[in-house]
Amino acid sequence: MSAKTRVAVLEGWFTLDESTPHLLGTQCASCGTYYFPKQSTFCRNPDCAGERFEEVKLSRTGKLWSFTNASYKPPEPYIAPDPFVPFSIAAVELEKERMIVLGQVVTGVSVESLKAGMEMELVLEVLSEDDTTQKLVWKWKPGSGGKR
Amino acid sequence: MSQTMSKEIAILGVGMHPWGKWGKNFVEYGVAAARAALADSGVNWRDVQFVSGAATMRCGYPGYVAGATFAQALGWQGAQVNTSYAACASGSQALAAARSKILSGECEVALVVGADTTPKGFLAPQKGERPDDPDWVRFRVGITNPTYFALYARRRMEIYGDTPDDFARVKIKNAEHGFSNPNARYRKKFTAADVAASAMVADPLRLMDICATSDGGAALIVSSLDYARRIGKAKAPRVAAISTVTPTFASEVVEMPDIATDSAVAVAPHSFRAALPRKAYEEAGIGPEDVSVAEVYDLSTALELDWMEDLQLCKRGEAARLVREGATRVGGRLPVNPSGGLACFGEAVPAQALAQVCELTWQLRGQAGERQVQGARVGITANQGLFGHGSSVIVKC
Repeated sequence: MSAKTRVAVLEGWFTLDESTPHLLGTQCASCGTYYFPKQSTFCRNPDCAGERFEEVKLSRTGKLWSFTNASYKPPEPYIAPDPFVPFSIAAVELEKERMIVLGQVVTGVSVESLKAGMEMELVLEVLSEDDTTQKLVWKWKPGSGGKR
Repeated sequence: MSQTMSKEIAILGVGMHPWGKWGKNFVEYGVAAARAALADSGVNWRDVQFVSGAATMRCGYPGYVAGATFAQALGWQGAQVNTSYAACASGSQALAAARSKILSGECEVALVVGADTTPKGFLAPQKGERPDDPDWVRFRVGITNPTYFALYARRRMEIYGDTPDDFARVKIKNAEHGFSNPNARYRKKFTAADVAASAMVADPLRLMDICATSDGGAALIVSSLDYARRIGKAKAPRVAAISTVTPTFASEVVEMPDIATDSAVAVAPHSFRAALPRKAYEEAGIGPEDVSVAEVYDLSTALELDWMEDLQLCKRGEAARLVREGATRVGGRLPVNPSGGLACFGEAVPAQALAQVCELTWQLRGQAGERQVQGARVGITANQGLFGHGSSVIVKC
């Protein structure tokens, strides 16, 4: 299966470094506000006139703010495997960026094993695939131990 | 009576088309609601000088221009017209447009109306490949509307110790309220066992914790206080405040349809839901201690608890205790959602904020029948439209 091309499901939203992936955001050069998804035109801080942004890798670990799961198949444009396998979803607080980022939890982790405040780490998994291409998405994995 | 100073307007008439899954054109619901509101007010349709419609995005072009659509269906008579869209807050914006016209002296009496026909199942985004649209992006990675409701619910469990049983109590209470409401779609009483037996949708929320989408229509006839006096309705309930604020950057809580909050490194984070009633209280010159009844947007059972705290009806973390004590049921000291709420209605987006005002009007007039809150003097509504539309209306008598 390694012959398949691996691409990001949303191009430019995260690095494809599979051992230590990062979400890709931007940072306002004037006030330091981070943006995910990327903002590259005008800063949204009402006190900031910033128009210059630098692309930054966001912290790849954070603390679990809240969590849930998807017991039913989401509608399009979600592409679900058939039969649908329920998945967990996490909201993770990034300390340095002072923001909360949503994402699926890695396959096989149910809500019973999650607890607010847990350390979570960013990983990549295949979201959907066809005969030639695998589309990767970021997911949150409980427990850190990974590199920042 | 320093009438020139007053920012209040009178609610002369209210009307609704019952909520349901009727499968008819939305115009029919809106016109039925408008005719009911006109009859309730005693105002002749020819005397209405402004038609303020709340738009629907699900019914084609007539929905985008709802004000004119309803005016034509009622019989074009040359009134001024306007259409507002602010997702779930559309009704409040349409009411705010009418109030501005009235207070500026451009008109004396106005019709405010919203109606919707909704599709089945999950609300889904528009088709196509649109990675710049946050609403498309979140569905692409598997995040639906119940995801957000469930994240808030789970947060309550983790921080305050709320339980799924507490959430079920909200459903049971609202079902009891809606049981006798002729405009409610679901009129059936439920037990904790019924809620627990319904399918898990987004843990901890089950199917019966989450509101459905419905067809329905609601309308108000509003006027200047002077006009109300002239037609013998000086004592009609009044709109004392309408808050239609945006959030303040940076967002504290991740809001639908966003994939992340704002970063709060440069400025402090703010809760949007907590901010929008503050503006309403300030405008009405009253506080939460004056409220006798509240209609809040219970998209989920747990969200009703968040709203109670955001409206400052109790301290943070105490809403579940109030529900356990029965304080929020009709007959309790602070009834919430006497109409039955979204739990019994299901959401008809452009009509919902107006339906909340209809209920408060009936409550303040003492016309709510079995669900009457005794001695109701001040009511407050709260809801929130997608992409940053606050909505909180205070009605008093």
